[in-house]
Amino acid sequence: MTPGLIYAVTGCLLFVLGLGGVLLLKALLRRILAFNLMGSGAFLVLVGLAQRDGTPDPVPQAMVLTGIVVAVAATALALTLARRWHALTGREDIARVGDAGSRKRGRQSERRNTPR
Amino acid sequence: MNQFLDPLAWLILLPLLWATLAFVAGDRVGPRLAIAGLVAQLLCALLLAQDVARHDSIGHLAGGWVEPLGIRLFADGLSAVMLLLTQGVALALVIYARSYFSKATPPAFWPLTGFLIAGMNALFLSGDLFNLYVTLELVGLAAVGLVAAGGGAAQIAAALRYLLATLVGSGAYLFGVALIYGSYGTVSASLLGDLITAEAPLAVWLAAGLILTGLLLKTALFPLHFWLPPAHGGAPAPVSALLSALVVKASFYLFLRLWLGPFATLAEVQPLLAQLPAALGAAAILWGSWQAIRADRLKVLIAYSTVAQIGYLFLIFPLLGSGALALQAGMLQATAHGLAKAAMFIAAGTLIKVSGSERVLGVAGAAAHLPVTLFAFALAGVSLMGLPPSGGFLAKWLLIDAALAQGQPWIAGVAIAGGLLAGIYVFRVLRLAFRVTAAGDDETPPPRPAALLEWSAFLLAAASILLGLFAMPLINLLAGVAR
Repeated sequence: MTPGLIYAVTGCLLFVLGLGGVLLLKALLRRILAFNLMGSGAFLVLVGLAQRDGTPDPVPQAMVLTGIVVAVAATALALTLARRWHALTGREDIARVGDAGSRKRGRQSERRNTPR
Repeated sequence: MNQFLDPLAWLILLPLLWATLAFVAGDRVGPRLAIAGLVAQLLCALLLAQDVARHDSIGHLAGGWVEPLGIRLFADGLSAVMLLLTQGVALALVIYARSYFSKATPPAFWPLTGFLIAGMNALFLSGDLFNLYVTLELVGLAAVGLVAAGGGAAQIAAALRYLLATLVGSGAYLFGVALIYGSYGTVSASLLGDLITAEAPLAVWLAAGLILTGLLLKTALFPLHFWLPPAHGGAPAPVSALLSALVVKASFYLFLRLWLGPFATLAEVQPLLAQLPAALGAAAILWGSWQAIRADRLKVLIAYSTVAQIGYLFLIFPLLGSGALALQAGMLQATAHGLAKAAMFIAAGTLIKVSGSERVLGVAGAAAHLPVTLFAFALAGVSLMGLPPSGGFLAKWLLIDAALAQGQPWIAGVAIAGGLLAGIYVFRVLRLAFRVTAAGDDETPPPRPAALLEWSAFLLAAASILLGLFAMPLINLLAGVAR
């Protein structure tokens, strides 16, 4: 197994872990961290798979740098929103509302949103 | 052409420029900058469409740098149609927003709008998968910022949910791009079109699946639409209109572009795959319309109508194989829905502003004191239902025509059923609006809104109707799209 492939396989694992975290965890902070894990996985695959013949390829490295900038911006926005949410409601998770449109579900979610 | 006057580059630079200036100069100058910038952008888009009509597709190397480290901008008929739609609708919306926010503008509304439009224009002009990822994120982050601009707890929750959905979508997209680069060593969409063959390795199939699923999540196709109604229904009216009319179309455009370009071979190897987006689209039409019929709040009703209308966009995929009818139907639907939905959301915004109630029942009696706004709402509804001579009618007509010609009558059936269901939710609002309110206890009629609020909605709605009569230039633009 070449080092490049090891990176790529690790990247796949990280990505799946992160994806599971974003979808399944409740606490907002954990979900934001899980998103970062997802991103790191994708970056590892990008850099790992591209150096199959031993010489590193500069293009994916430039891409990963750009990707990191995007991920930092997204994380900053997510953290700002999460802090605001916490300040407004005192909660650290958002209720999973499927369809906020209909009357019945709307009332249910209101009940769920009341701070305990 | 002269590097410095190329409309391709200016379509991205101008919104970046006015957004940054608006950030520095504040909310007093912001609207003027936005309107001036968008007028110039509309001119650029028209110049570009003229160019595309002559040459089929045009390119531009940003800063003169060559690929792969430089960025090649590229435009064809598909991009030209989307660019024209974006600049046109956005211009009407900023004029509306200027009056709508005359008292207090949500924080950073003008800069975020500019960045959103810059991101969308860059998306329509990008030709490589990684650049498209960056533009997708730009659009997503700016859109989330606009949803949160309302500032209430409900808006923040909607924005957070939207943000997580959009980040998962672009994460899946990025992972797919990484797999593609690992397999072929390039991310240029045009090169990949030749490289991806029927014998593509499993990793490429996985990549295609991840990329397309990520885009479906961002386009909010049923059952991945869960984030859309709270985000679009809860934001201020001009923001809802921007998101519903344009932002969901951007990821649809990318889905279509990748389906026709790099992944065309994969779709040909497995023709059954094309049935999947169509089946989800059909489910979206039925579920979205049903929820719109039951909705309690006016803007949530319109947001669910968007869920349903997005379904139509995906009905075209099994029909794309032969003939240009399906592509024309899809792009006409995107354009007609963009115009009509923007009109409907801002008309609803005016109705809510005047009546003070967000509920559907709040429109009762609006016909008496807001005739122009209600007329705009009704015209937009006509296009959504697909009654002649609207743009929506032409799109559905072409779709039904293509479906029957290619022996897929169920698609035609769904298209007709969706039109009827749209009729129910549009008339639900109109019936209430024409109800005569008790005259006795209604001492003073509510204050008239600014004329611009009413007429910008009317203009957009009228455009969605006129599109049905003057669709030829748009269809001609699509003739040169490579397939």
